[in-house]
Amino acid sequence: MSAPAKRIELKLTGEQQKFLTEVKQISGQNANLCYQCKKCTAGCPVARTGAMDLTPTQVIHAIRLGQIDLVLNSHTIWVCASCETCTTRCPQGVDIAKVIDAARNYAKAIGRVDAEKSIDIFFNAFMKSIERNGRLYELGLALGIKMKTLEFTKDMELGREMFFKGKLKIFPHKTKNIKEIKEMLKKVRELESK
Amino acid sequence: MKYGYYPGCSLRVTAFEYDKSLVRVFNHLGAELVEAKDWFCCGASAAHSTSQGVAHALSLKILSLYEKEGIKDVVVPCAACFSRFKTAAYELEEEPEKRKTFDEIISYEYKNSVTIKHPIEAILKDFKKKDLEAKAVRKLNDLKLVCFYGCLLVRPPKIMKFDEAEYPVMMDKLVSTTGAKTLDWNYKTECCGVSLSLSRTDIVLKLTNDILTDAMNVGADVVVVACPLCHSNLDTRQKDIEKEYNKKLGIPVLYFTQVLGLAYGMSPKELGIPSHLTDAMGLLKEKKII
Ligand code: SF4
Ligand code: SF4
Repeated sequence: MSAPAKRIELKLTGEQQKFLTEVKQISGQNANLCYQCKKCTAGCPVARTGAMDLTPTQVIHAIRLGQIDLVLNSHTIWVCASCETCTTRCPQGVDIAKVIDAARNYAKAIGRVDAEKSIDIFFNAFMKSIERNGRLYELGLALGIKMKTLEFTKDMELGREMFFKGKLKIFPHKTKNIKEIKEMLKKVRELESK
Repeated sequence: MKYGYYPGCSLRVTAFEYDKSLVRVFNHLGAELVEAKDWFCCGASAAHSTSQGVAHALSLKILSLYEKEGIKDVVVPCAACFSRFKTAAYELEEEPEKRKTFDEIISYEYKNSVTIKHPIEAILKDFKKKDLEAKAVRKLNDLKLVCFYGCLLVRPPKIMKFDEAEYPVMMDKLVSTTGAKTLDWNYKTECCGVSLSLSRTDIVLKLTNDILTDAMNVGADVVVVACPLCHSNLDTRQKDIEKEYNKKLGIPVLYFTQVLGLAYGMSPKELGIPSHLTDAMGLLKEKKII
């Protein structure tokens, strides 16, 4: 008779425990339900392109084990396109897209956004555009991104063509309730930082 | 008939053709679209990637503008806005304990009374098939279409409750009332990766290449979409894909509202068709639609 399997004790550091608890709290999801069937990975369009360094299945597993560095240093949590295919198909009802979103939210909250700088720049520019104008100001968004990424020639031809088709406006449309929106977002952020 | 209308930011700038054709088609069917004063941006993928709270606050505040104006049904043509609103409304329903916090954040007691409808749902539900067919004075019998639903219209199904998530048919049904034929294909609900369009364009080119190539392989003349973001990704990136993969594309991408509008006798110009980056006018002439 073989000896009973040894139980492996996983000791989490305070930082790891905090990460685990917060991701669970933000997402409302229990990653322990995952039985690693890999269905989420099989259907993931971005994994198929080869742009993910951890598969969605691996992200869920790493989160279950509190592996904050693995998760927050990964490209996966940023290049996930939030397409919800994984969430739709998981036989265990794990909302994987939401867990990944929660990891992203956590990374942003503690300022660990280096794995995919250009994506973080895009998110920030987008949010800034809303706070400034109420509505998204696309040309401003594109220029704002260029100022940060310094990729001035990227998409220039496309931008020019779109402009001539009337698809880009030179000036933003500002809504009258910008102040109200700003104050509302401030309230949320204060609540969340507690 | 009167609906609330939330066009969303894209329809006012990059996707003005969708706005134009949608309003024309609804008016032609005898329906009016009413916007709430001072609607603002729902935050799309940037908001929920940053913070769940920020995303929900934006959506609920916008919906409250419509509730305050006494609007029952709001038509939301962008799949991303549609998904943000549906998710916020769903979570409010599922987690009533969060209600108070959100009421305080948005300075209004939102009763969740607004029904969020994609225009495809609104038309199919509120108009009879035979009436729609009767409106189609210019039959599009010679046109072969593939309907692209993308992600957020259908997923996750427990929230979106929009048709069958893996193989939806509602858009196919609707555009078939014009006499056009819709084809079976593999990429109906694939992701085009639009949230990465300006940051990781390399990923987007791969995804859109697969989608457009399958559409051409099954013999489609046109890819039909129901979202400004899907449109922008599939229409404006074709030259980049051609360069990247050294191949020829050039398949027109039309909004379902443009297909309906053409059948209702409207001109391509009225529907904004000449403003797409991938030319559709050549095909319409070749098929003797115009
Ligand atoms: S689909 Fe669900 S159960 Fe299967 S590996 Fe992914 S998260 Fe785990
Ligand atoms: S939501 Fe993200 S992880 Fe899930 S299938 Fe889509 S891209 Fe992949």
